Amino acid sequence: MTALPAFAPPARDPARSFQDMILTLHDFWSAKGCLILQPYDMRMGAGTFHTATTLRALGPEAWNAAFVQPCRRPTDGRYGENPNRLQHYYQYQVILKPSPPDIQDLYLQSLAAIGIDPLAHDIRFVEDDWESPTLGAWGLGWEVWCDGMEVTQFTYFQQMGGFDCKPVSGELTYGLERLAMYLQGVDNVYDLVFSSPPASSGEAVGQQGLVTYGDVFLENERQMSKWNFEVAGTEGLFKAFAMAETECRNALAAGVPIAAYEQAVEASHIFNLLQARGVISVQERASYMGRVRDLARASCEAYASMMAPQWQARHPGWSLV
Amino acid sequence: MADFLLELLCEEIPARMQAGARAELERLFRRALEAAGVVPGDLAVWSTPRRLALIARALPLATEAVREEAKGPPEGAPDAAIEGFCRKQGVARDALELREVKGRKTWFAVIDRPGLPIAAVLAEAIPAIIRDFSWPKSMRWGAASLKPDSLRWVRPLSGIVALLDDEVVPCEVGGIVAGRTTLGHRFHAPGPITIARVGDYPAALRAAHVIVDHEERQSLIREGARAAAAAAGLTLVEDEGLVVENAGLTEWPVPLLGRFDPAFLEVPGEVIQLTARVNQKYFVCERPEGGLADAFVCVANIAARDPAVVVDGNRKVLAARLSDARFFWEQDQKTPLAEHARKLSRITFHEKLGTLADKVERVAKLARWLCEEGIVKADPDLAEQAARLAKADLVTEMVGEFPELQGLMGGYYAAKEGLPAEVAAAIRDHYKPVGQGDEVPTAAVTVAVSLADKLDTLKSFFAIDEKPTGSKDPFALRRAALGIIRLITENGLRMSVAEGELLDFFADRLKVQQREAGVRHDLIDAVFALGGEDDLVRLLARVHALQDFIATEDGANLLAGYKRAANILKKEGFEAEGAEAAVAYTPEPAEQALIDALAVATPRAEAAVAAERFTEAMAALATLRAPIDRFFDEVTVNDPDASKRAARLALLARFRDAVHRVADFSRIEG
Repeated sequence: MTALPAFAPPARDPARSFQDMILTLHDFWSAKGCLILQPYDMRMGAGTFHTATTLRALGPEAWNAAFVQPCRRPTDGRYGENPNRLQHYYQYQVILKPSPPDIQDLYLQSLAAIGIDPLAHDIRFVEDDWESPTLGAWGLGWEVWCDGMEVTQFTYFQQMGGFDCKPVSGELTYGLERLAMYLQGVDNVYDLVFSSPPASSGEAVGQQGLVTYGDVFLENERQMSKWNFEVAGTEGLFKAFAMAETECRNALAAGVPIAAYEQAVEASHIFNLLQARGVISVQERASYMGRVRDLARASCEAYASMMAPQWQARHPGWSLV
Repeated sequence: MADFLLELLCEEIPARMQAGARAELERLFRRALEAAGVVPGDLAVWSTPRRLALIARALPLATEAVREEAKGPPEGAPDAAIEGFCRKQGVARDALELREVKGRKTWFAVIDRPGLPIAAVLAEAIPAIIRDFSWPKSMRWGAASLKPDSLRWVRPLSGIVALLDDEVVPCEVGGIVAGRTTLGHRFHAPGPITIARVGDYPAALRAAHVIVDHEERQSLIREGARAAAAAAGLTLVEDEGLVVENAGLTEWPVPLLGRFDPAFLEVPGEVIQLTARVNQKYFVCERPEGGLADAFVCVANIAARDPAVVVDGNRKVLAARLSDARFFWEQDQKTPLAEHARKLSRITFHEKLGTLADKVERVAKLARWLCEEGIVKADPDLAEQAARLAKADLVTEMVGEFPELQGLMGGYYAAKEGLPAEVAAAIRDHYKPVGQGDEVPTAAVTVAVSLADKLDTLKSFFAIDEKPTGSKDPFALRRAALGIIRLITENGLRMSVAEGELLDFFADRLKVQQREAGVRHDLIDAVFALGGEDDLVRLLARVHALQDFIATEDGANLLAGYKRAANILKKEGFEAEGAEAAVAYTPEPAEQALIDALAVATPRAEAAVAAERFTEAMAALATLRAPIDRFFDEVTVNDPDASKRAARLALLARFRDAVHRVADFSRIEG
């Protein structure tokens, strides 16, 4: 038997393909000591909902992680016809707890790593505070502009689940499609190169060749926009909302707050779908949002209260409130 | 004398907070120094996105020595009391002095506080300034935030420069030690820079691509943006708010002009300008022949390797924003306004007042009525049509995105739909007048809709007892009342505006509003006090005539005569109105003259008021001035003869009543 050829990782070119850009960010944050996690396997509106962000922002323990999170925003669907708007897109999340003193420099280095030269492009930190009443959370920070385009949301979490963050986490949320469009110089998200064949064609598997973002997602956007706006069975959605609510309370009662939290995330997404279907009136809207908020906050509170004794044991003098 | 520099370096401070932060830094610095007995002279306080800086020139090298005396217990007091006093004052017992206080020997501690070196005062002041600093919003950060009481700042504080001439003022706060090292421009000069002495600071920063003086950055932006537009043969649309905001976002501002696809100009100019300003902080430009140009000016924070790259990036972002705006513009037009208006039934106006559709219904009826009654000279059909469509744009995509475009967009959509020009104008302008300086509509259909809208708001909220109290006016009812007053008075609309409590509310608003125009509030009271006046045009005409009259010699003297008469009547408890006491004696000549003058003036004043010829009414009153003066000079009211006395009091009452045909002079001050 002949020896298998050794695999030498190729040099990445983040401006060449979407996946190279993501892999470069993974390389960068991995080299900085972050866990590289995988997406949460549930539909959610933002990477912040990933338990690696919300629940890990609670408590005193250090936590540094980076991951891609697919985000679902049903009302942003445009049937694949808008060059900038999608009902499904990717966020790249980095959570650094406690926020390191050089967090802005680290972030700028990560931009340089994917090919953004700050003397060629105008990078700016523009005030943008973040608040999620649903999660009982808020923070201060900026949206980061690159030549006037918002490419990242940068937040210092001050509260999560109604509790003061002790310590404060720094959260970076990169808009991956926007950054890639910028790096690749394309005006339409569907024209992004998702993956291009390796330089030495001998390495490639099969005949795939260049794949665009449109090849991967355009049909999904068409069908999912139609489903979100026109097809999704509203009766079933209302039932699903009620079920998630019930199951969240059930899980809370049983002392499994992480499971409860998942149900809150589920309820939140179903509410977004109901919104897209246009079946929630203005008056009802506030009430549904309040119900989701109650679930999410109760889950965060239950999680924090359950963990607090362990946290205190490892960090004498620390207290939840 | 020494110069002092304080620089607080931190992560990007929101642009909108910088002016307040400069004032706060100055306030706290002055407070700290004044507490030590030093009054700093002129201070330079500067800000950039990453730093607050203060330079105080010519501070004394030390504070003044102070001698303080503290009174202690009397001689012979228990030892414990005396010892306690010594401990408290920090003096030895044998240093106490005995003094005589009210004949009693008392111990005094005399404490000489030597002057402190200014460096010591500053070393104590700096941490206190930082801890006490008040930001609109502040935060915790980093490992220290494990503890709840860690230092708070607007964004993480990373460095302190504190120099007295060329020496560091040693101090520390939240683990940050003051020194002489700071940072230059984030990208142009990333390494640390060292400040040798206070005077070097601005130049050292400039060399590191930081213009620390915000006013200098503002003028660079103002001039640079103008020049960039001029170089392209265009005129900058000036926007001082944008100048200040961009100066708060940059340390090295570089205005750059870019172009966008002229096809976007089909979208209304207001929309383009708002999109550029609100979302991107860009200026827009006008063409020499007028109208918006296909150009914008952005302000970069770097001297870019290739400015065209930066401009192109910004152009793409603006293009995406304008595409959204154009999408809204086109999308909204696919639905006629009348159809948009149906969706208003889904929006609650107020829980006790129904939906917006309900409000529109009321306003439409009222607008029609105003026209049918002839109060507003407009076609009732057009007024009703405009009123029914006036709020429809609230459910359009464009107004959803930019609420400040309400009315304006409805006007555009109405015109595009081919509705009558008067209707489109009424939809566009029916919120006016908004602020005090805002223009008042004069087009008849617009006046009808605007007036109906505001009257409905006011009457509805008063009906459910939601009245403004003190500083609370959540439904902006004062503004609505002011708008009604201006619509009525500036268009000369003759109508009964309100009654009861609401009329009083109008009276108050009218006084506030007229004060600006130099109309005396007491004269407004004098006319309102007569009661029954709910026609603001008539009321103001009367007030104006009254104000002119009071300013004349006749007016001033008549007022004096009136007050004298009123005082006598009050003192005598003479209340009867229209008293017509029979004169059973031969009146004195002065008395007869007044009787005769009243007999002429009273019906004249009455008739003139009825005909709304108020100047003439004042002239009628003026004829009473000489007779009343003469009456008081020559006639004794308090005659021993009771019948004379009664007749003369009745005469004065008739005089008072005659004056009251025009205004209640008792309300007039002076």
